Amino acid sequence: MSELTRADVAHLAGLARIDLSDAELDKMVGELGIILESVATVQNAPIADVEPMSHPMPLVNVTRADVVRASLTPEQALAGAPEQDQQRFSVPRILDAE
Amino acid sequence: MTQATTEATVPYEEALAAYDPVLGLEVHVELNTATKMFCGCATTFGAQPNSQVCPVCLGLPGALPVVNEKGVESAIRIGLALNCEIAPWCRFARKNYFYPDMPKNFQTSQYDEPIAFDGHLDVELDDGTTYRVLIERAHMEEDTGKSTHVGGATGRIHGATHSLVDYNRAGIPLIEIVTKPMVGAGERAPEIARAYVATLRDLLAALGVSDVRMEQGSMRCDVNLSLMPTGADRFGTRSETKNVNSLRSVERAVRFEIQRHAAILASGGSVTQETRHWHEDTGITTSGREKSDAEDYRYFPEPDLVPIAPAADWVERLRESLPEPPAARRRRLQGEWGYADLEMRDVVNAGLLDLIEETVAAGASPAGARKWWSGEIARRANADGRDVPAYAAAPRRDPRPCGGVGVVGHQRPTQ
Amino acid sequence: MTTELITATAAELAARLAAREISSVEVTQAHLDRTAAVDGAVHSYLHVDAEGALASARAVDRRRAAGESMPTLAGVPIAVKDVMTTAGLPTTCGSRILQGWIPPYDSTVVARLKAAGLPILGKTNMDEFAMGSSTEHSAYGPSRNPWDLDRIPGGSGGGSSSVLASFQAPLATGTDTGGSIRQPAAVTGTVGTKPTYGGVSRYGLVALASSLDQAGPCARTVLDTALLHEVMAGHDPMDSTSIDAPVPAVVEAARRADVAGMRIGIVRELTGEGFQAGVQQRFDEAVRHLVDAGAQVVEVSCPSFVYALAAYYLILPSEASSNLAKFDAMRYGLRVLPAGDDDPSAEQVMAATREAGFGDEVKRRIILGTYALSSGYYDAYYGSAQKVRRLISDDFAAAFASADVLVSPTAPTTAFKLGDKLDDPMAMYLNDIATIPANLAGVPGMSVPSGLAPEDGLPVGLQILAPAMQDQRLYAVGAALEARLQAAWGAPLLASAPDLTAATAKGA
Repeated sequence: MSELTRADVAHLAGLARIDLSDAELDKMVGELGIILESVATVQNAPIADVEPMSHPMPLVNVTRADVVRASLTPEQALAGAPEQDQQRFSVPRILDAE
Repeated sequence: MTQATTEATVPYEEALAAYDPVLGLEVHVELNTATKMFCGCATTFGAQPNSQVCPVCLGLPGALPVVNEKGVESAIRIGLALNCEIAPWCRFARKNYFYPDMPKNFQTSQYDEPIAFDGHLDVELDDGTTYRVLIERAHMEEDTGKSTHVGGATGRIHGATHSLVDYNRAGIPLIEIVTKPMVGAGERAPEIARAYVATLRDLLAALGVSDVRMEQGSMRCDVNLSLMPTGADRFGTRSETKNVNSLRSVERAVRFEIQRHAAILASGGSVTQETRHWHEDTGITTSGREKSDAEDYRYFPEPDLVPIAPAADWVERLRESLPEPPAARRRRLQGEWGYADLEMRDVVNAGLLDLIEETVAAGASPAGARKWWSGEIARRANADGRDVPAYAAAPRRDPRPCGGVGVVGHQRPTQ
Repeated sequence: MTTELITATAAELAARLAAREISSVEVTQAHLDRTAAVDGAVHSYLHVDAEGALASARAVDRRRAAGESMPTLAGVPIAVKDVMTTAGLPTTCGSRILQGWIPPYDSTVVARLKAAGLPILGKTNMDEFAMGSSTEHSAYGPSRNPWDLDRIPGGSGGGSSSVLASFQAPLATGTDTGGSIRQPAAVTGTVGTKPTYGGVSRYGLVALASSLDQAGPCARTVLDTALLHEVMAGHDPMDSTSIDAPVPAVVEAARRADVAGMRIGIVRELTGEGFQAGVQQRFDEAVRHLVDAGAQVVEVSCPSFVYALAAYYLILPSEASSNLAKFDAMRYGLRVLPAGDDDPSAEQVMAATREAGFGDEVKRRIILGTYALSSGYYDAYYGSAQKVRRLISDDFAAAFASADVLVSPTAPTTAFKLGDKLDDPMAMYLNDIATIPANLAGVPGMSVPSGLAPEDGLPVGLQILAPAMQDQRLYAVGAALEARLQAAWGAPLLASAPDLTAATAKGA
């Protein structure tokens, strides 16, 4: 099992968009190491030919008819917005288009 | 190593002499369902901003998705029309990445279990030959919101001070159709790309599943292109040119990227794997965000949605209800009407097939119907200030150039 | 009069309301008064809605006075866990990142409570986004255990357990991802059920881990819990994972309290080593009571349960890392600008907001989940955990072939002291060892009081587990045990809890 490094945690925090402080990074490297060692024991279970289980109940094909339902009003939709302008959510500049 | 994101090019013939292009196309089609993929909000184009949103498509805490049955049906019909296999069981997956126009910061999509896979589409080229494009997969996903960039000189993203987001489009059903890499197309790669997108557009229109209006973004094309030295069998590094939104642009973008890649390779450089933007006005692509290896979407099965397992008899019913494929229909009608190849091509390019078929069905002679409608469309295009192909390609909800004209028309050409 | 109204069961209140001996306004006001008196010390609530609750109470009283036939619990007030959206009332999930957020919609559970005429007293405290076993991870400070104010009330639903144990409400809602209803019930001497996954709609529950989360009822008696279960449960077309089948007959089972001939399975892996002596003792006694009531005891083995905690702490963080991505400062909630940057990008504002708005435990689990889902590690972590999940589900199936229900202690210990495990995440996680398997497999579980541990005089809970969609069996066993224990004790367990008004007066 590869050890989780400080650089790994910094990379993960970047992916998760959390601007961890240096102190938090230091602390988390240690804590996550302990937790990872413990959770890695799943690999010791007899799982060789086991089908993964993503859902607890075996339901399939739950759909709805293509019928329009009432939307929120724009006022309701925007009520929680930190900033808004022209009936739109105002967000800081976006670095680049996806 | 040479900087590999320049816009320098070499002449097309020179590029083709040294390299074989490998082409892949990803087409996103917005379905024309009444409601969004995972909620009951309307999908009307051009509505007031943020007036077609709800807790689900706005990604509010606590909201949960429910699959639009019509979206699944359309996906299966598209898959069948593309000669794909339909998965007997498949799941949705979450594609995780942060972006302000994506309310949940994951896109509900499909990953390793697409609903349709392993198909093909036969594409007729200008010289009458047929090229078979292999389809890798067609899968269901949802669209994002729309950002307007404010404060930049041109309204573009660079230099903007902030952006305004309208989430009406967020959650509209999309089908992503991905081809297998096309190898050996050689100099005809741009033409094949264009013909494929055009054929696909006609097919989707015939299925009635989408408005397929490229200029409104209901059909969008990404071009993946790489070059390998002639005779080689290992693919080169590819670029991904996003949102190429007209048939003509598809052809031009492929051509430009072939020339650009060749310029880089010929000068000893290496191509950067990246996203590029197509510029309709200048006819070039420019570098976008770099697609680094670190990009990691952390796909996993969507726990809020249960698997889709289309019943075999439902799939068979949908297969039986497919309309006649456009190419087959054209061949049949040409045979029935006795048009010359050139006449038929003009009729198809002007978008007159439906009208002539109706008019003939009403008792007109095929030759008379063709002459009358060809004149009529030229007159209308002229009145609109456009050439006939542009007029024929212009958006129309009604497949006819104007509603009700068929009734008038069927009386005139019989005389 | 007031004391009588707040110590009465929901069933008693419902009967007296229906007979119009008391009004909903009186009952609601009595509970609001109790909150004013004790919640300064207990801190069960994040938000009290006196006006709204009294308005609902008045409406119920009016309808009843007009002769309308009302649902059973109409007029009985309830406290709602702050993880459920309430239109017009703050919903924070115990997080700073949602401070001040007022949802524009009701969760299905809350909509059903309103339709059934239950006045909503307020929103109860919880560990931030339900991550924790003590409420110490709430951004708004911990709730306290009414049995000992220096101890934890359990978590994440410690607000709901303490609100019941301190008689501030007769009923409360909870959510249970790995034990957040059952463990708080155990350590406060109250009752709580995690229904079958899909039994209660998740629409409007702010998701922690979608495939594990399940809302359920909390109360002081098994019958009250059943009455609330019936109101909350049932198919909801807004939740794709909701089960489209009739709600199991939980109220009937609670009233019959019949375990004659029932096979009670003791899970070998969930007893003995690792469980506090007094916890084990009360468990053994409870099993003897069930035998006296006509049940048979069988021992079952669930060998994969030893991997349950590990699988859980991979699946939960993975799903949570994705579910909590939506908190990004763009559309609602907190927005924090990074210091020293007057032109920050959206990406920087997201990262600064999530840094400031999330607590340590939430960050830890998001990072862990991000790792477990990363390409290159997915198969080793998330993928393996999903396979273990299958093994655990298979273990349950095998166990339920020889037993009608399974039993175990709900938690390995009684309530620990605030602060004791705060700096040791793994020690905190171990509290969930007995409750987690049910969430992984989706089966229903309940915790009922089984007495006080002799060594510390604190409540102990017994856990009952049943096959999926057989929730009524929990209530049959729970009610039978409750009846025998209360007969032995001569009073409900909570009658021996300390008098909080004295503690409050002293503290004030």
